[in-house]
Amino acid sequence: MAKKLNMRKRYELLTRGLGWEPTYQSKDKVFAQEAYEGIKITDWSKWEDPFRLTADAYWKYQAEKDKKLYAVMDSFAQNNAHLNLADASYVNALKLFIQGVSPLEYAAHRNFARLARQLSGEGAQIACQMQSIDELRHAQTQIHTISHYNKHFNGMHDPFHMFDRVWYLSVPKSYFDDASSAGPFEFITSVSFSFEYLLTNLLFVPFMSGAAYNGDMATVTFGFSAQSDESRHMTLGLEIIKFLLEQHEDNLPIVQGWIDKHFWRAYRLLGLVAMMQDYFLPESPMSWKEGWQIYFVENAGALFNDLGRYGLKMPKYHEIATAEADHISHQVFGIFYNYIHAAAFNLGLPSEAKMNWLSEKYPDTFDKYYRPRMEMWAEMAKEGKRFFNMGLPQLCQVCQIPMGFTEIAKGDPMQIAYRVSEYQGEKFHTCSDGCKTIFDYEPAKYVNAWLPVHQIFQGNCGGAAVPDVLNWYHFHPEDGGDYVGSADEARWKAMKGEAAAPEAAQPTQADAA
Amino acid sequence: MSENKVFMIFQNTADAQPFISAFAQENPEATLNYQPGMVRIEGLGELGITQEVVSEFAGRAVDLQELHLTLISLSGNIDEDDDYFRITRH
Repeated sequence: MAKKLNMRKRYELLTRGLGWEPTYQSKDKVFAQEAYEGIKITDWSKWEDPFRLTADAYWKYQAEKDKKLYAVMDSFAQNNAHLNLADASYVNALKLFIQGVSPLEYAAHRNFARLARQLSGEGAQIACQMQSIDELRHAQTQIHTISHYNKHFNGMHDPFHMFDRVWYLSVPKSYFDDASSAGPFEFITSVSFSFEYLLTNLLFVPFMSGAAYNGDMATVTFGFSAQSDESRHMTLGLEIIKFLLEQHEDNLPIVQGWIDKHFWRAYRLLGLVAMMQDYFLPESPMSWKEGWQIYFVENAGALFNDLGRYGLKMPKYHEIATAEADHISHQVFGIFYNYIHAAAFNLGLPSEAKMNWLSEKYPDTFDKYYRPRMEMWAEMAKEGKRFFNMGLPQLCQVCQIPMGFTEIAKGDPMQIAYRVSEYQGEKFHTCSDGCKTIFDYEPAKYVNAWLPVHQIFQGNCGGAAVPDVLNWYHFHPEDGGDYVGSADEARWKAMKGEAAAPEAAQPTQADAA
Repeated sequence: MSENKVFMIFQNTADAQPFISAFAQENPEATLNYQPGMVRIEGLGELGITQEVVSEFAGRAVDLQELHLTLISLSGNIDEDDDYFRITRH
């Protein structure tokens, strides 16, 4: 009997053998997207897939992962395990997750299917097919897991509709649309390398560990189940970069430009994650800054040291991102505190204990710049003057975040950063050197950005008044605002037996006695 | 000294335990950092396990690709075959 083949041989036979030379049409017509970005591929057979996972093993392990995940989800629902959360304010992290991240998973599913079709190398096709299926699995398992929370809490009823319309969700959407509207190699560099390899650990690892810390075992399970695929995706990101750089020296400047651009775009998007990490989790195992240090500074430092042999450098403006690690979560929180009446999640000022934690984690900045702001806001709220910003903010033309970031790298963290470019006689504003550089390189692309504030002013968002716009977003009036006094808080207290159900009449003094 | 750091992160579950134990035993220099729900195994230059040791811990013949079930993240260059799995950065 023949000896069992080793892994390398099996993998080769079960992937590379699947391609063929087209005869009815020329190869460049069949793979029409492969050349126009200027990338030169001389030999696809040099592609090395680091995980030698064949289709049969892939199906076996994915089925196993889903079986485990759905068992946890079932028992979570049966046991009403949402009652074990540290606090219901934690659920706001899940709201932002289902609104802002799950639609990205679905978009990734569609785009990797495109890549599986458009790249002509069989190794890359197989990796992209598997990733496409993974991303669909992630979107589905996130929806299934979070649907349990949707029975008990607000804001999770229509995430895919919201994703296409809502002002703060245009931040993740525009990043992904930017990558999706590029060619296949820019897309894969953006998503697989700049996002997945460099930054996705920051989204999933500390956040899911935070979910564990706050008693949300269902989210831990889907998060880590998704992340187990992510390891494979990250290695795809690394392989594509190495492969492109080994194929032709002309690829280096193109790839470096994409890494620079998409690092900055993905980093800006992660400002939302920084806020979740530091302000949404009642109990935080790790601050944004600590995560940045471990998963970006150390990890990317080692990675680019490794990639230096190809001539690749750390992404442009990475020092600025690192300098901002002391500030970014507090600044993004400040923006949302101003506009929480127009969001589909709740937010609250940090408690004294939380502020002390922030002081400890951010010794150089929190007490100096941000605690006084929080205390003033608390004071104003106490006097009945809770500040809501009723004007519409100016947005960055590239990252689409309200212009609230400051000149941190220039040593002036109290000065709002503000950049201007001119294109065809019009002025366009960006929030940072990073976003301005991206704009200036491809202005014709970014002048077409769908900026939520401009669209509201142009009358394209359901009306001129805030309630009209929120209605167009499919938000309910009780979805946003401060956590204290919210419908979710009332419901949570009733679930925990700390108060009567919100629908029921409040007990009188006599009843309580 | 973090120039050539590599890491593997696993879910902190019973299914992952044979892999975690094998990394700890086969890489005496590695550090294990426990966070809620997970463990990060860090090393300099290289971390590796063999099928023999993982199987020993599991008490059955383990296919090393089973690590996909509980792996959360990693950093480094992968080198794998039926009887070993390594992650390196030199």
